[in-house]
Formats: sequence, structure tokens, C-alpha cells
Amino acid sequence: MDRVPILKIGATLFVSIQIDLQDETVIRLQEDLAEELVATHATGVIIDITAVEIVDSFIGRMLTMIGSISRLFDAETVLVGMRPAVAITLTELGLSLRGVRTALNAEKGLALLSGSS
Amino acid sequence: MDIDSSQARMAAFLRDHQDKIVGRWSELVVAGVRGRSSVVEARSELEDIYSLVVAVMSSLGEQARVELRAVLTEFSQSRARSGFTPSETALGLFSLKEAVFEQIADSAEFLPEFIAFSRLIDDLGLYTFESYATARERIITDQATSMLELSTPVVRLWDGIIAVPLVGMLDSARTQLVMEKLLETLVATGADHAVLDITGVPTVDTEVAQHLLKTVNAARLLGAECTVSGIRPQVAQTIVSLGIEFGDIATKATLADALAHALARAGLKVGPA
Repeated sequence: MDRVPILKIGATLFVSIQIDLQDETVIRLQEDLAEELVATHATGVIIDITAVEIVDSFIGRMLTMIGSISRLFDAETVLVGMRPAVAITLTELGLSLRGVRTALNAEKGLALLSGSS
Repeated sequence: MDIDSSQARMAAFLRDHQDKIVGRWSELVVAGVRGRSSVVEARSELEDIYSLVVAVMSSLGEQARVELRAVLTEFSQSRARSGFTPSETALGLFSLKEAVFEQIADSAEFLPEFIAFSRLIDDLGLYTFESYATARERIITDQATSMLELSTPVVRLWDGIIAVPLVGMLDSARTQLVMEKLLETLVATGADHAVLDITGVPTVDTEVAQHLLKTVNAARLLGAECTVSGIRPQVAQTIVSLGIEFGDIATKATLADALAHALARAGLKVGPA
């Protein structure tokens, strides 16, 4: 099964999703991320979905859940690099990803995290 | 007397009286369109049609028939484009019957010929009407497409601030287009603030508000903040009385207010030079 690597940069965990997301991959990522948050005491999580072209309601909900889980560890989640088509799909599905912050690209995401902390 | 020979006799008659008939026909056509074209103008156009009608009557085969149809298509298309009504266009052809009848009225023995001729003109008239309708429909589709393209510009107001001035009714097809263009521009320019200006939207009902909210939500997912501006007093009253909730979306009265808001969010200040 594909695994998504989690990189630690300073107090931030950086997750770049380069593959088409399967349901199991997202669940695995959620578990890995929770463990990593505990181990590293990170204060921010950046999820880069520039390469993601297809999302469904399940993945949309999982992204929100990752945000909620991170908050329990006092870490803020920023979703960066969403494609227009993905944004339109999520809106049409009625998912506005509450609790997850968004930024246009990784740079702006990092600026958002450092600004808020 | 068979139909073929009566048609040939009619064709001969038409050829002999060409000048008088075309003259009268042009007058009738010009009277029918209330002087929107001159007699000379109409005459040159009608002479082509007339000689082709004569050619068809003399049974010169398929060639003349095809040519006549092509000329008539051209005729009705130009009429459709210059805004003539369908009846004015069809009358252009039907008045040929009247012009011919005035010439023929004295000689009663021409009746069978006239009936054959009349049948031909009726056919052609229907054909004219059909091509008129086709031309009109094409104009309408072309206009709808270009309207859609023209009506959704995305403009850059400042570094990192873009605006979408919306003009006209917002339906789902347009919202979709606006949303796509806005999001693409956000990604392409890296802007993180967008202003949706609805000054030109005539009415805001629950459906339009729904479309606006969708657009704002999609922009938010990309990490851009959206402001809705251009809310007129009447529109504000409608929004409140319909119970539409814009939630935490910033709304401003004018585009200038929205720009000031966006600049402030970006940490910029405009002051006297």
C-alpha cells in the first residue's frame, strides 16, 4: 500500500501528497500523522495537495478530520495548493472543510503558521 | 394542357414582362419594409432572384433550383441580420405574386399558368422563412456564447487583490464559469484576496445568494479571502427580508470599500502622497 511521507521542518510537519488518494492511504496518513504529532510536538501541519486531481466526499471528510485531530495536539493544519477543479468539486459536495485553514501554496501556508503562532 | 407546358408559357410571359414586374415588385417590397431600403437597392437584389425564378420556371433543371435556394438563403440571412421581421422577409417573396397578378389580371387564359407559378412561389416563401429562422437561431446562440465570455472578466486591482465585476443575471451556468475563472486566476496570480462586485446584478434572491456563497467557499478552499461588494440599498433590504445569511463573509457597499478592506488585510495603507 502507498504511504505518504511526513517531513519535519522545524516545528512544522510537512505532508506532500503526490499520489491519487485511496481511502486506505488517507486513513493510514491520519494514523501516521497522529503518531508523528505526539513524537515531535509539532505546532503546525502543512498538507500539500498540489498533485491531487480527484477528491470525493470521503477524502474531503478525512481532511477535516486530520484538522480536528491535529487541533487536539494543539497543532494547526493548513491545506495548500488545492486545484480549482478540486475546490469546485468540494463546494458542490457541500464540504467547506471547517476547522482547516487553506493557503494558495506552501510558502503562504508556512507564513500563515508562523504568523499565527 | 400539362403542367410543364404551362410552366414554360409562364416563364416566357415573365421574361417578356420582366421590367414592369420587377419594378412593381421592388416598389411593393420597399413599401412592405416601410422605407428601410431604397427601390434601387431592392431592385438589384430582386433582379437576381427574379431571373432565377424564371430559370426554374423554364425547367432548366436542378442547377437553377439549387442556385435559387442559395440566393434565397443569402437573402433571408441578410434580412435576419439587419433586423427585419419574419413576415417582412416572407412578404418580400410573396409580393412577387401580387406584382405578376397585376400584369396577368387582364388575360384570363393565364389562370393555370398562374396557379403553377403561385405554387412555386409558396414553396420558395416557406423556404425563405425556414432559412430566416435558422439564421436567427444561429445569431441567438452566437450572442449567448459571446455574452457569457464577455460578461465574466477577472481584473487585478492590486498585488494579490483581484476583482470580478458581475453584470447581469447570475444563473448556475454563469456562476460555474465565474467560479472557474476566479479560481484559475487566483492560482495563476497567487492573489489571496478576491472581491465579488455585484453592482451589476439586478436582483439578488436566494438562488443568486447560494451561487455567491458557493463561489466564496471555493475561493476559501484555495486559501483566498473573498469580499462581496456593490450591495445596493434595495438589494440589502431584499437580502434581509429573505433571511439570507452571508455568515462570516465580509460585505461592503462599494468596490472602493472592498478594496480598502482588502488592502488593510494585506497590511497596506493608502495615504496622501
